Amino acid sequence: MAVVYFGALALLLVSAFWYLDPATNTIVRSLSFKNFADLIGQPVFRTIVLRTLVVAVAVTIVDGIIAFPIAYYMARVAGPRVRAALFMAVLLPLWASYLVRVYAWSVILSENGFLSSVLNLIGLGGLSSVFGVSDVSMTVVFCYLWLPYMILPLYAGLERIPQSFFDASADLGAGAATTFRRVVLPLALPALVAGSIFTFSLTLGDYITPQLTSNSRFIGTSIAESVGVAGNVPFAAALSLVPIAIIAVYVLVARRLGAFEAL
Amino acid sequence: MGRGALRLATIAVLVFLYVPIGIIALYAFNANRAQTWPITKYTTDWFAAALDNEGVRAAFGLSLTVAFWAMATALVLGSLAALAVHRYRFFGRDALSFALILPIALPGIVTAIALNSSVHALDVQFGTLTIVVGHATFCVVVVYNNVVARLRRTSASIEEASMDLGADTWQTFRYVTFPVIRTALLAGGMLAFALSFDEIIVTQFTAGTQETIPIWILNHLHQPNQRSIVNVVALFLILLSTLPVYLANRLTTDTSSGAAGRL
Repeated sequence: MAVVYFGALALLLVSAFWYLDPATNTIVRSLSFKNFADLIGQPVFRTIVLRTLVVAVAVTIVDGIIAFPIAYYMARVAGPRVRAALFMAVLLPLWASYLVRVYAWSVILSENGFLSSVLNLIGLGGLSSVFGVSDVSMTVVFCYLWLPYMILPLYAGLERIPQSFFDASADLGAGAATTFRRVVLPLALPALVAGSIFTFSLTLGDYITPQLTSNSRFIGTSIAESVGVAGNVPFAAALSLVPIAIIAVYVLVARRLGAFEAL
Repeated sequence: MGRGALRLATIAVLVFLYVPIGIIALYAFNANRAQTWPITKYTTDWFAAALDNEGVRAAFGLSLTVAFWAMATALVLGSLAALAVHRYRFFGRDALSFALILPIALPGIVTAIALNSSVHALDVQFGTLTIVVGHATFCVVVVYNNVVARLRRTSASIEEASMDLGADTWQTFRYVTFPVIRTALLAGGMLAFALSFDEIIVTQFTAGTQETIPIWILNHLHQPNQRSIVNVVALFLILLSTLPVYLANRLTTDTSSGAAGRL
């Protein structure tokens, strides 16, 4: 199994340095940096990489902000029964089929669908055009998909803060805002970073959600098209090194911030 | 933020998590083929239509077969790898434990095209076997993680005690090690089954012309006359996903009481 997997992966990495001969449409197995030159030289790929990165960062930030109140409520306010119920409620959508959840959103966001109906009802019908098939829609759907991955580590991280820290902060005269900024946030940071590994890397590698909810292409879309449509495996291989490199850097930084202990 | 505001934010997040699932469940009963909101007329006709649909039945059967074999492979290889990494110090141990995380950390599309080009290179026929191998790569990791976590929490002295009492390697595994990791195997196996059942990207690149349930949905959700059946399948998958969460919940309560009973 390991041989199959690593053999496949190694073959892929090597093939990034081969190239497709456009004249004969065959793969030439000799060392070349043509794919990488194409990748850097063509502005379309710069746009795609940049778009993927921006959406992944936006999803991570939005999920971090949305996840904080509920994680805090679960960890420090709710009683044991409510906490257990909330834990299940957050976990359950993760088991529901990924594709079904994306599909549900494509139905909700469609023309004359649930969202435009609700927006019309509250007199914001003009906003419908922002959603529909767009990058905004895609970002919303990503936030929805990966939100539990942010809530669960954050909840665990907040639960670990000893009550005495809150008491000490209050005794020293700090208000709720100061305690949050000087005590809660620094102690929850590793958990926040741990959650962000999921939200960031899952968004970065996806291409089904962009395909179903927007007209834009992601890095993953281009990789899939290079193999499926163009039959240009070497170029797909070179392209796939981009998310691998970005995620590797991200994980290394996350490790330095103590995210691995928070998982 | 006061408690009231926290509670409100928590409720808002729950609404955000569950409204899309609720809406797609309602659409399964929509008499109209167009997916507009609000739904004006309800019917249960699509359930019979979905049951009668050859494509759905075949896809469902294939999904079950693949998930079963991927899970079985993962249970064997994942627990063997976990036992090896946990018990022995050997050359390349750290590399192996890192390598086993890769299929989860890497974007699905990278694994997918790596396997795809290897299948081409090896001149193997695309089919059920290639899907199983593709799914097994990430299923092994899931089982491995569960078992290794359990072994870490277990004292090695109970295995030594078993050996001291005259049990051979097989008896020690049968009567000591296996009961310890049994629930971890169950949990890991369940997660592996669910992940395989839900997997779409690796499947797209290893399935050839065969359709699993997610692929069937993806291929049919743009066909207006098939959408009503897609909705029913979606509702079915949502209901199905509550099963492992329920089982996992039962399992954890059982083990805690079971462990207490045995002590």
